[in-house]
Amino acid sequence: MKEKIRIASGQGFWGDLIDAPVNQVMHGQIDYLVMDYLAEVTMSILQKQKNKNPELGYARDIPELMKRILPECKQKGIKIITNGGGVNPVSCAKACYKVAKELGVKGLKIAVVHGDNILDSIDSLLQQGAQLNNMESGEPIAAVKEKLLSANVYFGAFPIVEALRKGADIVITGRTTDTGLTLAPMIYEFGWKESDWNLMAAGTVAGHILECGAQATGGNFLGDWESIENFEDIGFPIAEAFSTGEVVITKHETLGGIVTVETVSEQLLYEIGDPKNYITPDCVADFTSIHLTQAGENRVEISGVKGTPATPFYKVSCSYDDGYSAVGTLTYSWPKALAKAKKADSILRGRLRNLGLQFDEIRTEFVGYNACHGPLVKVDEEALSEIMLRVAVRSHDRNSVERFGRELAPLILTGPPSVTGFAGGRPKASDVVAYWPALIEKSLVKPLVEIIEQV
Amino acid sequence: MKKIKLIDFVHARSGDKGDAANVGVIAFTNKGYDLLNKYLTADKVKVFFDGICLGKVERYELPNLNALNFILHNTLGGGGTVSTKLDAQGKTIASAILRMELQVEEEDYKIFTNQDPEQK
Repeated sequence: MKEKIRIASGQGFWGDLIDAPVNQVMHGQIDYLVMDYLAEVTMSILQKQKNKNPELGYARDIPELMKRILPECKQKGIKIITNGGGVNPVSCAKACYKVAKELGVKGLKIAVVHGDNILDSIDSLLQQGAQLNNMESGEPIAAVKEKLLSANVYFGAFPIVEALRKGADIVITGRTTDTGLTLAPMIYEFGWKESDWNLMAAGTVAGHILECGAQATGGNFLGDWESIENFEDIGFPIAEAFSTGEVVITKHETLGGIVTVETVSEQLLYEIGDPKNYITPDCVADFTSIHLTQAGENRVEISGVKGTPATPFYKVSCSYDDGYSAVGTLTYSWPKALAKAKKADSILRGRLRNLGLQFDEIRTEFVGYNACHGPLVKVDEEALSEIMLRVAVRSHDRNSVERFGRELAPLILTGPPSVTGFAGGRPKASDVVAYWPALIEKSLVKPLVEIIEQV
Repeated sequence: MKKIKLIDFVHARSGDKGDAANVGVIAFTNKGYDLLNKYLTADKVKVFFDGICLGKVERYELPNLNALNFILHNTLGGGGTVSTKLDAQGKTIASAILRMELQVEEEDYKIFTNQDPEQK
């Protein structure tokens, strides 16, 4: 059993810095590279891709990335864990094997974790007693069952632990919690027991800090952000985990950014609810027990973390079609930039009304004035040099949304003056994908862990 | 009573949880946290975000991080994937709360400023 491992975060979401995981591998010693690719909306996008082509449905950045890091990782024994398998981890594994073959990397073992995709088994799960009511509204799933695009269970760390025990160098999962990706190697390397809730919570807290990439190392930091050096090469966080449950958050010395109690505190507070009850499939972590200490430059020590037993439920994330939306912008310049934008908005709304179009919502925002802070803004309107008028519509009638897209550009020649910024073409109607969070009894779904053989 | 601005002694981070936004408000010092904890109530936050937060405001204390966490319900225009807002995920709520000012008792103000000469 090891006493210490270094787990590096390589990606905070699908679309994050492409070079970040490469830098984590090349700029210093690490034992694990963990990458979160899945946001709530991502699963529905991947499911649509798989519907069109059964070989797709995973983050295609992964095989691309493997071309750059696989030889180095294999040589140094760095294991890779990612949930970028999306709705097709098996195809993702095969694509990675193909890269390995091209590069001449031999003896690679890739495991997948699936069984999280319950889209095709909703009816039988309901028959077995699952509820799947909306966690927020309490509404029964019957309301959206026919419109579902995706339905995935959030598994935790233990299926990944099983994959590591089977000797995997790379673990590719479907919907796994972001925190599970980081907790899993600690359980595996230190032999932590499932019922040691304080240790489960310690690894979960480390996972929460790593899951948004550079948001823990100075990115999006609202403290003294101007003092942060070398944002260009910002280092993503590394969790130096000890078998006792202590964790030090740090980064590679040669990369930019900072790791302080303040940057780590901001990330700890990101997207949390009741801090005493941070619920994952692995435990319930108490964020009010976390003790942070600045243990050196760019080193923050986490200790004292307490946890309580996991709940008998997994979270389920479903998505469904919920109409169409479009967004258009026009920019008006001084003098009276805001007055011009307001007048244009009222003309546009009048025209949409006269056309008898159906909208669930028309939202107007004035970028450069109050789009972010709304009624909190108090400024001298005359001083505003330019304003971007942003109008967004949502409707279950596709024609109305498309027609809105054709009514924006005419404002340039048929409305207030000093207007520009219509180079992007007509706003297009895009699908609105709504999200349905639910719970399911753990006993009703089983994670599947398998080693995929190289062909 | 004395007036203090949040921007002078806290930092913050916000994000989305469905149609709710969460905003964590962190004092730079222990003394700052004492002020936050005494004066930054859920009611004051609700009133401050009038017209933005259309639901209730919940408040949680994290003295270990010198922080308070607020959940602002019904704030994001239907939530991340459905919302037509520019800031559909509530990312800028953290900077919005820095606009807040608190009226504090002279005694608390003295403790906050005198015993903390480094405080900016």
